[in-house]
Amino acid sequence: MNVSKEELLHIAKLANLNLKEEEVDNYLANLQDILNFAEVVNNAPVEGLGETIAANNNCNVFRKDEVVDFEDKEALLDNAPEQERNMFKIPKVIQ
Amino acid sequence: MEIIDLTVHELQEKLKSKEITVEEVTKAYADRIKEKEGDVQAFVTTLEDEAVEQAKSIQKDIEDGKITGDFAGIPIGIKDNMCTKGVKTTCSSKMLENFVAPYDATVVEKLNDEHLIDLGKLNMDEFAMGASTEYSAFKKTRNPWNLNTVPGGSSGGSAAAVAAGMVPWALGSDTGGSIRQPASFCGVVGLKPTYGLVSRFGLVAFASSLDQIGPITKDVTDSAMLLNLIAGHDEKDTTSENIPKKDYTKALKGDVKGLKIGIPKQYYGEGINEEVKAKLQEAIETYKKLGATVEEFSLDIADYALATYYIIACAEASSNLGRFDGIRYGYRTKNYESLKDIYKNSRSEGFGPEVKRRIILGTYVLSSGYYDAYYKKAQQVRTLVKKEFDEAFKKYDVLLTPTSPTVAFEVGTKSSNPLEMYLADICTVPVNIAGLPGISVPCGVNSKGMPIGMQLIGNRFEEEKILNAAYTFEQEIKFRENYKPEFKK
Repeated sequence: MNVSKEELLHIAKLANLNLKEEEVDNYLANLQDILNFAEVVNNAPVEGLGETIAANNNCNVFRKDEVVDFEDKEALLDNAPEQERNMFKIPKVIQ
Repeated sequence: MEIIDLTVHELQEKLKSKEITVEEVTKAYADRIKEKEGDVQAFVTTLEDEAVEQAKSIQKDIEDGKITGDFAGIPIGIKDNMCTKGVKTTCSSKMLENFVAPYDATVVEKLNDEHLIDLGKLNMDEFAMGASTEYSAFKKTRNPWNLNTVPGGSSGGSAAAVAAGMVPWALGSDTGGSIRQPASFCGVVGLKPTYGLVSRFGLVAFASSLDQIGPITKDVTDSAMLLNLIAGHDEKDTTSENIPKKDYTKALKGDVKGLKIGIPKQYYGEGINEEVKAKLQEAIETYKKLGATVEEFSLDIADYALATYYIIACAEASSNLGRFDGIRYGYRTKNYESLKDIYKNSRSEGFGPEVKRRIILGTYVLSSGYYDAYYKKAQQVRTLVKKEFDEAFKKYDVLLTPTSPTVAFEVGTKSSNPLEMYLADICTVPVNIAGLPGISVPCGVNSKGMPIGMQLIGNRFEEEKILNAAYTFEQEIKFRENYKPEFKK
């Protein structure tokens, strides 16, 4: 499968990444190489096989929905690049 | 023998007989870190001064009878993707350069409960993506056997530190070989447990259906002991299995008579270095001599496994790494006006090139139009891989392969060619895809004196079988007695 520059830029946009002009060619070549290599999965005899999403067979692991107080709230906020009055601060969203 | 040459079980004996003290042990390691870190570059954060203080207090508590236990005062190193309360957890990424976890990972909590001493956080490929530790944003760790070569990755700091005697043992994490391959490159023992045996709570997620934490140690006995400490169900990780606790050291019987070993022939063919193949052949002969039955068979998924792994791992990574947005924690760009600018610029400036490459690949295989051709297909191949292994384990107790197709390569030789770097994982990824346990044990050195590792693969939750097979082999070839890293420059 051939990947176009436009496609790469679209994918980067979906992933919230900006690619610099000099990065584009490099990523395009890498992506093309890796995808060509990955094509081999289409030769695998998988007719009729289901999809495995995890290594173990657990599904729907339930627990009671109980509130557990996290004591060190300050430490949580201290990792934020910007905070104010116990909240994460971001630029104005609604104009 | 010097303190830093001892295994943990040897340290325990000497501590028990009061031949040495907890303080002396930690001091010896702290000094060794000071001596060797300049050459090896294994740590992102060293805690040697804090560790010596902690050792003093633990020594006093032991003397006062306040704490007991076989592991009180034993030092350890932790890969820098496991959360340690109050100490930076960077994932070797600019994105988390100043991140201080507000809580401990479950594995770290378990170590703290036993009063182990943290010597520091160990270097890795950024977000565990890589096979050489060259993709760390901070430093390139060197292989103690030859400082011009890589230690492997992504747990390269952990493996190099154990090999260099800078920590007695360490925790690593393994998504596609990241414990086993660096263990192989550095001549130490690395165990990736069955998926679900060890809690992933507090491990920064790379590919959640593949990630597993495990021990990197000097020998197999230490590996079993560290697995004892970290295994167990955790309600904070719904994928951790609720199964009875075992004492894995009890499995180390030193006897493999009647053990059925399968040799998947695909991992002895093209692409595997001749010297590696020859050492593996010797290992097979050793097992035969020890009374095991060895048989070659065909594991038909070998051709597809690596591609399947990279599709699944990158898809999961692209989703997991979506959380890094410059808002709640992590790097925030200085260059923004809108909220969208914060997301995009923080991620573009905070992630390194390999991480971005994998996010792009993962986003691509999950995107509309390509999902069926890549991601869905890979999930089906995953079913096939599990089926093939199930069949193999009907016939064999353990499978034996090389851990890596080569010995440690020179720094800078693969870092610019991503696909070539991915091939370093060819022998290890099928184990993660199927959620199996795998252990890498040194089986000799090549003509240049570089360690060669072999991988034993077991069925789910059959760690005992691979540990015993590894232990029995280790007792026979006595790798640690015969070879030592020389810090060649």
